Amino acid sequence: MSGNAKEQILDFVRARYPQAEIDETQDIFALGFVNSLFAMELVMYIEKTFEVTIPNDELKIDNFRSANTMAELVDRLSPARV
Amino acid sequence: MATLAETAPGTLQVTDRKSARAFVDTHIVPYADAYDRQGRVPEELLERMTAAGLWAPFLPRETGGGGMDLVTLGEVHEEVGRGCSSVRSLLTVHTMVSWAVQRWGSPAQRERWVPALGRGDVLAAFCLSEPGAGSDASGIASHVVEKNGGWVLNGVKKWITNGQRADLFLVFARTATSIGAFLVPRDSPGVEVTPIEDVLGTRASMIAEISFRDVALGPDALLGPSGFTAGMVLTGTLDLGRYSVATGSVGIIQAALEACAAYASRRTVGGTLLKDLPLIQAKLSDMVTDARAARLLVAEAGRLKDAGEASTIMATWVAKYFASTAAARHASEAVQIHGANGCGHDYPVARLYRDAKVMEIIEGSNEIQRITIASQAEREII
Ligand SMILES: Cc1cc2nc3c(=O)[nH]c(=O)nc-3n(C[C@H](O)[C@H](O)[C@H](O)COP(=O)(O)OP(=O)(O)OC[C@H]3O[C@@H](n4cnc5c(N)ncnc54)[C@H](O)[C@@H]3O)c2cc1C
Repeated sequence: MSGNAKEQILDFVRARYPQAEIDETQDIFALGFVNSLFAMELVMYIEKTFEVTIPNDELKIDNFRSANTMAELVDRLSPARV
Repeated sequence: MATLAETAPGTLQVTDRKSARAFVDTHIVPYADAYDRQGRVPEELLERMTAAGLWAPFLPRETGGGGMDLVTLGEVHEEVGRGCSSVRSLLTVHTMVSWAVQRWGSPAQRERWVPALGRGDVLAAFCLSEPGAGSDASGIASHVVEKNGGWVLNGVKKWITNGQRADLFLVFARTATSIGAFLVPRDSPGVEVTPIEDVLGTRASMIAEISFRDVALGPDALLGPSGFTAGMVLTGTLDLGRYSVATGSVGIIQAALEACAAYASRRTVGGTLLKDLPLIQAKLSDMVTDARAARLLVAEAGRLKDAGEASTIMATWVAKYFASTAAARHASEAVQIHGANGCGHDYPVARLYRDAKVMEIIEGSNEIQRITIASQAEREII
């Protein structure tokens, strides 16, 4: 699940910033890309794509730093899979 | 408090474009010029809007709302904007705050505010702009300090639509680390409302300057996440406001078109009806075309919102940019088609002209829209 989520999130970020070279561990805030518009788009993208609702207490900068941390967030919020 | 049935018996429920059109034609269009001259919307209309379920019909059914999708909400706001941009402005800011509380509120905040906002028992205003900061939200000076587990708010907000009448203010203020959104009831000690009269357009939207002096707020006043994601409360709320203003701008184009089509079919110059003059036909054709194009852009933004697609944010910028600039252009041409009559009180086009100018300034001015849309350019590959 998270491997797939990671790739999808990376694709989304790369599509928004085609000029940048971004990998799954890179801190997108440190790269200076994230404004509040993009943050909102990221939240909407994650909620829609992975069918999760991100509660207010998970809306922390550390959860959105990289494709890795976002995929972990998706894993945490997704209903357990059998 | 009187029930809805008592305040406005027999008022039609607004559930879609058709019922909105009927409501607007009956209760708003005949009086919009009077509201404009009086500089306010009468309480009676606000009550009728409550009875019609107009304030926040998109709120979920489980909160007492109508569960209206955002495409339909856009159509309803377009119809209201066709009738009167001041009334649509009241709806816009109320919509923004209602959505923000529903989207970002804690269970307790939702329980306290959402049903009342949905019914229109509590009317809300959105307080971001200040005497020294508009386009640049990061330049706001209003601030809170934490005290006794709550907050103390100080600052001045300016140009606040419905500030004269609203019961609840959503106030953006600096915190120690970022910007937060705070729910401030109007009757909080230290809140002072000063009407701003005689503005250029949306003259009946009851604009005010609001000062907050040592306003003590409880811990439950902070709406949504703090820290970096606080900007999302602002972005998300402005996005919906921008959508509403885009729909209202379509309404202005439609109103200009309807007024001009009627006038050009009656007025003759040198024995020829205006509508038969090629230069007038060019103006009418551009109004028809832009009304349709703007409506489609708005509908697309609404569809993306209903689908939860992130691309709705940029689609809304584009729709608002197109619709507001087209509204300003066509409202100006509408005055032109009416000649001197366009400058007087007997026709609505002078009001449309003044109101349309405002659409190019609020919810992201033209310049800010172009800067934002330009950032999309390198991704605009299909
Ligand atoms: C009728 C009306 C109702 C309103 N209602 C509300 C309300 O309910 N709540 C609220 O919070 N605010 C409200 N406002 C305020 C509105 O949001 C602001 O007017 C708007 O954001 C623009 O800010 P400003 O007026 O301070 O202009 P400024 O930010 O001072 O900008 C002045 C001019 O410079 C341009 N400009 C700014 N930055 C740039 C740039 N980087 N590059 C090029 N040009 C730039 C702007 O586009 C504008 O043309 C209302 C305003 C009006 C007129």
